[in-house]
Amino acid sequence: MTIIEDLVKPPATGIRPRGVSRREGWQRRLPLLPALIYTIVVTQIPFLVTLWYSFQNYFWNQPGGAHWTGVANYKEVFTDPSFRSAVVRSVTMTAIAVIVAMVLGVAVAVLLDKKFLGRGVVRTLIITPFLVMPAAAALVWAGPMLDPNFGLINYLLEPFGVHHVAWLSTHAYGSVVVVMIWEWTPFMVLIVLAGLQGQASDVLEAAKVDGANAWATFRELTLPHLRPYIELGILLGSIYLVNAFDQVRLMTNGGPGTSTTTLPFYLYQKVNYAFDVGGAAAAGVVTVVLTIIVASFALRMFARVFQFEEAR
Amino acid sequence: MRSSRFRIRRLAAVGGAVAVVAAAAACSSSGSSGSASGGNNSSTGTVTVAVVSNPLITGQMIPLTQSVFEKQNPGITVKFATYTEGDLRAAIEKDVSTHSNSFNVVMIGPYEAPLFAKNGWLVDLSKQYIASDAAYDASDLLPPVAKALSYQSDLYAVPFYGESSMLYYNKQLLSAAGVTMPAHPTWTQVAAAAAKLNQPGKVAGICLRGLAGWGDNMAALDTVVNTFGGQWFNMSWQPQLTSPAFEQAANFYVNLVKSYGEPGASNDSFNQLLTLYGQGKCAMWYDATVAATSIATEFPSVYAQTGYAFAPTEKTTSSGWLWSWALGIPQGVDNQSAAWKFVSWATSKQYDDLVAQKYGWSAVPPGTRTSLYNNPSYQKAASAFAGITLQSIDGTDPDHPTVNPVPYVGVQYVDIPQFETLGLQVGQQIAGAIAGTESVTQALQNSQGYASAYSPSELSGGS
Repeated sequence: MTIIEDLVKPPATGIRPRGVSRREGWQRRLPLLPALIYTIVVTQIPFLVTLWYSFQNYFWNQPGGAHWTGVANYKEVFTDPSFRSAVVRSVTMTAIAVIVAMVLGVAVAVLLDKKFLGRGVVRTLIITPFLVMPAAAALVWAGPMLDPNFGLINYLLEPFGVHHVAWLSTHAYGSVVVVMIWEWTPFMVLIVLAGLQGQASDVLEAAKVDGANAWATFRELTLPHLRPYIELGILLGSIYLVNAFDQVRLMTNGGPGTSTTTLPFYLYQKVNYAFDVGGAAAAGVVTVVLTIIVASFALRMFARVFQFEEAR
Repeated sequence: MRSSRFRIRRLAAVGGAVAVVAAAAACSSSGSSGSASGGNNSSTGTVTVAVVSNPLITGQMIPLTQSVFEKQNPGITVKFATYTEGDLRAAIEKDVSTHSNSFNVVMIGPYEAPLFAKNGWLVDLSKQYIASDAAYDASDLLPPVAKALSYQSDLYAVPFYGESSMLYYNKQLLSAAGVTMPAHPTWTQVAAAAAKLNQPGKVAGICLRGLAGWGDNMAALDTVVNTFGGQWFNMSWQPQLTSPAFEQAANFYVNLVKSYGEPGASNDSFNQLLTLYGQGKCAMWYDATVAATSIATEFPSVYAQTGYAFAPTEKTTSSGWLWSWALGIPQGVDNQSAAWKFVSWATSKQYDDLVAQKYGWSAVPPGTRTSLYNNPSYQKAASAFAGITLQSIDGTDPDHPTVNPVPYVGVQYVDIPQFETLGLQVGQQIAGAIAGTESVTQALQNSQGYASAYSPSELSGGS
């Protein structure tokens, strides 16, 4: 970095000791401007419109259009118990799915790190769930796999005395979480496997020579080595899964009742089934504020992960 | 640090984008808009039709449009956007109320037609087209169906098919269990029969709708509520969801489906139950009369074993619902003449003949025209269910759906704009009760809370 900065630094003439001239600064920024303008157009302007709508009473199914209503929509968001429970559900669902996926991911990655015949094939197969489109996967789970009458899972479990369990009715929350875990475990495997392959073999050999058993080696050497990779996996997994919509929409439609209504689905429902544009906008704005708060903490952690990497 | 603060700001931007996706997605309706090639009066151009994905539409209307209508009308291209019932409502309401005009023709029913017409969202078909189109013969439409699709005596949508509700039963299973079914059963009799017929893991005693939605589980439950003497609102528009009659009916329905219903009922509606019944997994099935047509064409072996009874009653003399999937034209869309050409073709007598030629008389969309029920060929082919369908439709009275007078119109719905949301919310609560995530009492208390969020003056303003 410093070399590049030295190169572009104008010769020290004493006129502009701070380096880059204003003109040159714009010359550098110019190529970035289209991207910046595009980003503003597709993110900030819609956000401002959302902000505007959040102060309007605007129902699609009522004639008369939008009218100013002050903070009534926000009041409704904060007093609506289903908004609160959607937030809690989003958080718990994400946490359970990410943690279980990570535990499984570490276990599978450790196995896949061993040398065995057909390892390449197994690695490819293991990653497949992550490559399937989430919507397609959700439909396959909801239909052929979990259907109470024709589903494969019930068919396989029948010899063990399980009869016609309506997974998506009686265990809706669990079913959705299981599908999320199924989809995200491969991602965790990938990241952890990358970490494992970066582990120096001489350290492991030294441990072996010192007489450490496999568990002790894993606990004392491998796990600390994997820590930044695990943190990264958890962070990325959480960012994606907290927004998960496909599984909820296609498997349970937020139900039965509201037992699988997560925050993204709650927002979707408010617009698409209640036609409450103002209320949905207010809930959206509250979501953004909450996201920013959580994300700034997460990003700090992210930065630390990379500092840790650089320090190594 | 500067860079990390910059990152946070950028993340905020991304977060903003994520949040507005929910709102913005609503604006981008699926289905392409009608092409601008034709003006309002020329009968050419693209006609985009939003339809519900029921067998009579996906199995007949769409293929016949491509193989016959488009050939007869070379200037018109018809595009279909098919949705499940709940999604169809959302897509149409959004499109019509915001005047997005992506759909030249929308499939709606007796709930939407008068409300949309009142808001000025639909073309007055009677004045605009039917008056000058003698061949269409609107007087032939079944009076209860035509009335339900009218606003101030003008038709704003014309029926593709019409339906009430009735009880289907598998005669083989009933006789094996020694159960006889009267033509006019009571729910008490049906529940007793379900108990005898239920074989867990093999055959459900009775298949009932559980999927959340006012046109899904609530349609069936509302008819039970009505005949138990319950109602959504009393004459001063106070919600009655926790009244003894409503609670008794909801408990009855939920317990019936939980004890003797199909597994996973909270995800089932018409299409799922049609498959289950057609595969012999239901001893009885309470649903739309139109199902008879699909059973006859799709499941001939079960059709041969099927018996029919009127919608079970308790305190009223009849309790069938009244519905019709009908076609309307939104106000202000392009290619309206071409749209009417398609609408009048799909709801005409000629269409019935066409279906009869292609798929047989028993497959003809039922419940729309008197002439169909006077047609000897249809009477012969559909003798098993034609009479009971017609009598059930004639027996409905959307103005007086239950024991006591109500301030609203509608058997299995309440014809006010708020019901779109309220019906779904209550439907979700009932689905939750059916799945066992909460008790019926809790579900009804929550529902009463949703209904109480509207003031009586707000509610009455809609009727």
